[in-house]
Amino acid sequence: MHYYTDLILILDSTVRLAIPLILACLAGLYSERAGIVDIGLEGKLLGAAFGAAAMSAVTGSPWLGLLAGIGVALGMSGIHGLASINLKGNQIISGVALNFLAAGLTTFLGQSWFHRGGFTPQLSQSQRFGPISLPYADQVKDVPILGGLYSELISGHNILAYVAFIAVPVTAWVLFSTRFGLRLRAVGENPKALDTAGMSVTLLRYQALIITAVLVGIGGTYLSIAQSAGFNNNMSAGRGYIALAALIFAKWKPWPALATCLLFGFLDALQFRLQGIQFPVIGEVPVQAIQVLPYILTVVLLAGFIGRAVAPKAAGQPYTKER
Amino acid sequence: MSARVPLPRWVDVALLPVLNVMLAFLIGGIVVMLVGQNPLDAVGIMIYGAFGYGSGFGYTLYYTTDFIFAGLAVSLAYQAGLFNIGPEGQAYVAGLGVILVALALNGLPWLVTVPAMIVAGGLFGAAWAFIPGYLQAKRGSHIVITTILFNFIAVSMMGYIISKHLKPDGVNSDESAPIDAISRVPQLNVFWDLFKHSPVNISFILALLALVGVYWLVWRTKFGFAMRVLGQNPTAARYAGISNSRMIMITMALAGAMAGMVAVNNVGGVQGRLILNFVSGAGFVGVAVAFMGKGHPFGVALSALLFGALYQGGQELAFSMPGITREMIVTIQALVILFTGAMGDMLRPPLERVFFKPPDNSSAEGG
Repeated sequence: MHYYTDLILILDSTVRLAIPLILACLAGLYSERAGIVDIGLEGKLLGAAFGAAAMSAVTGSPWLGLLAGIGVALGMSGIHGLASINLKGNQIISGVALNFLAAGLTTFLGQSWFHRGGFTPQLSQSQRFGPISLPYADQVKDVPILGGLYSELISGHNILAYVAFIAVPVTAWVLFSTRFGLRLRAVGENPKALDTAGMSVTLLRYQALIITAVLVGIGGTYLSIAQSAGFNNNMSAGRGYIALAALIFAKWKPWPALATCLLFGFLDALQFRLQGIQFPVIGEVPVQAIQVLPYILTVVLLAGFIGRAVAPKAAGQPYTKER
Repeated sequence: MSARVPLPRWVDVALLPVLNVMLAFLIGGIVVMLVGQNPLDAVGIMIYGAFGYGSGFGYTLYYTTDFIFAGLAVSLAYQAGLFNIGPEGQAYVAGLGVILVALALNGLPWLVTVPAMIVAGGLFGAAWAFIPGYLQAKRGSHIVITTILFNFIAVSMMGYIISKHLKPDGVNSDESAPIDAISRVPQLNVFWDLFKHSPVNISFILALLALVGVYWLVWRTKFGFAMRVLGQNPTAARYAGISNSRMIMITMALAGAMAGMVAVNNVGGVQGRLILNFVSGAGFVGVAVAFMGKGHPFGVALSALLFGALYQGGQELAFSMPGITREMIVTIQALVILFTGAMGDMLRPPLERVFFKPPDNSSAEGG
């Protein structure tokens, strides 16, 4: 029974750690499926986290915080769109710039607004998104096996976490069963065909970027006012890049994206649990060895040793109508 | 719409980049105003801090050294059409090569140790960049993604090596044993009193040589020609009998070696030991430097100096202006990348209108 409780706890933190990854990964999925490479996910997560925490600290409302988080992400997506859709600039450079912009501005503005060395004020319970108890979670807690599963693992997360999980089937449906999804995938594979059919490549790509911004904005908000009680410097800590790696690992598909993010979240959770534990033969597993696994797995995949990751064909290329 | 009229060359290579940088600074100035400070005062303090006195200037040149190497690591690869976002990791791993050689030869005079550190740092940096180069050339993995991933792999790997293997007993912070003073890269203040308390060292001279060397390699040798052909038209390169995959691997290794010199400057010179995360963003500044400098060594030199001055001046600013932190510099760096890199052509259409000359109808050739 002891191992079972342990397992539930690890799975529970897996879910918590995977949520920002899922949101950022799905965000990247919309954008890259539409042909816009988004290295800037990291910066958008960070910017949104700051926007949400700052707004919630000032107004006291987590919902306004969520709006601010999405707003920041929308603004950054707007810059990305302007650079990569209208000005036909290099999408990778634009993404790199956005990451720096978020890293610099969040700390700079945080310091000059709140004077706490880049931290936002500590948020109280009412300024955050608290856990939601699903019906009967308390009553079934003592039911063996299933009770713990329900009350610990499935119940007790906050609203944003459930949004992340709902976003997966919704994305799969939008992408593969709607007209919009078909067009979205087409604009990332062959924008010229859409243009010839009389649809606007620019409009479709901007629509994708808006969805991207909303999802990654929720992800950033989750980081600062749901998972933690405030913003701190560089709190996205590479999650945007991990999400990008997960997206490649999942071959730009929503359900595999969920699985990959859960796997990466599990590795993250494991890393905390394994600290200081001695194993027979190998001894203590260094934290770094587990930290590095998502990156190594992605490199191995990219190198084509386990399957092949083929990006949307037009990803990264600005579309120019023929003159 | 008619075909575009090319801009005069000086507008393309000088005016446009300068206008883009000014735009970046203008927006940076607006941000400074938003937090209630006078941007002109800020510029004054930064210029004084970066150039106004000997050791301030020395610090500027110390930062410039790092940025020249990192900038060259990005621009060298870019000439071959490869986007190397990995100088941060390449420099970090090169630190391992530098410290291993330096500790092995510890106690010997710098004339012996410094060349060894340069070779070791270059080799380790080259090896770390070679792997993404190999994966791009032979397995078709996208170099941008792999170099980013390799930055993270470097962080974990080096963190493990430093904290578990290089850290001497009884030391609390994560760093290696120190190199003896006589074996370190000598500081310029030994030769020149002007730079009294600043860490600028012989690596700066090495950086200047590297600028000339890269210019010579890219524009004056057969290898450099092949590199540029590959960058501009891989299909043409293949038809001309150039082995693209070989070129990609060699170019990435050279770029990594350049990034490795950041470790010579810091590990071998300034800190005299291998400290956790010693690169602290210099590799990423290289991306900004390379794009601002349009990938040319002369441009890289100028933009590295600008960023060196920004970093040193920014320190000064953080001391003397309340509400301004060092991160303002990161913001300006971001704006520079955005306006000179991603939005570099934003001002092109208006400039084309200004410099457009109607075709001369009297001449047979026309425009």
